[in-house]
Amino acid sequence: MNIQFLWWDGCPSHDEAWQRLQHVLKTLQVDAEVEHIQVKTEAEAGRWRFPGSPTIFVNGQDIDPRAAPPYRLTCRLYFREDGRPSPLPSDEMITRAIRRAQHEFD
Amino acid sequence: MLEIGKTGPDFSLPGVDGQTHNLSGLLATHQAVVVIFSCNHCPYVRAWESRMIDIQRDYQDKGVILVAVGANDTVKYPDDSFENMKAHAQEMGFNFLYVRDESQAVTHAYGATHTPHVFLLDSAGVLIFRGAIDDNYDDPGAVKQHYLRDALDAVLSGQTPAITTSNAVGCTIKWK
Repeated sequence: MNIQFLWWDGCPSHDEAWQRLQHVLKTLQVDAEVEHIQVKTEAEAGRWRFPGSPTIFVNGQDIDPRAAPPYRLTCRLYFREDGRPSPLPSDEMITRAIRRAQHEFD
Repeated sequence: MLEIGKTGPDFSLPGVDGQTHNLSGLLATHQAVVVIFSCNHCPYVRAWESRMIDIQRDYQDKGVILVAVGANDTVKYPDDSFENMKAHAQEMGFNFLYVRDESQAVTHAYGATHTPHVFLLDSAGVLIFRGAIDDNYDDPGAVKQHYLRDALDAVLSGQTPAITTSNAVGCTIKWK
């Protein structure tokens, strides 16, 4: 499994998102290669299809199925399972994406 | 950045309600004015918005009014345009004022750096508290420090808050 963690230093939540990702990987006992990528320019945001910080791709797929353009240097809006907006993807969202990738791999 | 104990610069800004709101007028009719530099697009603002509504609801009978000030550059961030501010305020049912600082002069004058960034002024317009609404943007149930509520309780009882500044956590202001 290949995981890419993309972040922009204009948003303060990337450290916490990184810790959440690590926690989920540990909980699921997934041994994955995680690429830590800092997005620094609007051009890079476009190339990476980066809708905002933080963004996590699992096997090239955004963990949030609602991900959409524009691709730019901004802070990313997620919605938790109860509908609350958040600058962070939830543990559940990360878990679902990894399980989906595991299922596809099987 | 505006320092604690200094007087908040006056402003006169158009609101999403079609009225023009000036600080001096608000100070004349309220015990405290909470100026919050804000916007539509920022997820930190969105995470705290329901708490802003709750605070306005809980403190309005005590003479407190919240004024959210949107100033972001709308070329790069069209979500933050005045028209979209009006739509967002209606969609979310804002019970507080939401005004547009198109020139960004007021935002510069206060020295706001992030959205949201709170500046609590007492009835004399003096800055009592500056910083974040509380210490947990992601989980209202896990908040340990209710910075703004504690500061409001203090100012309304004529006391100095135990905490007068905290880090403003959120998106950076999008300057023109």
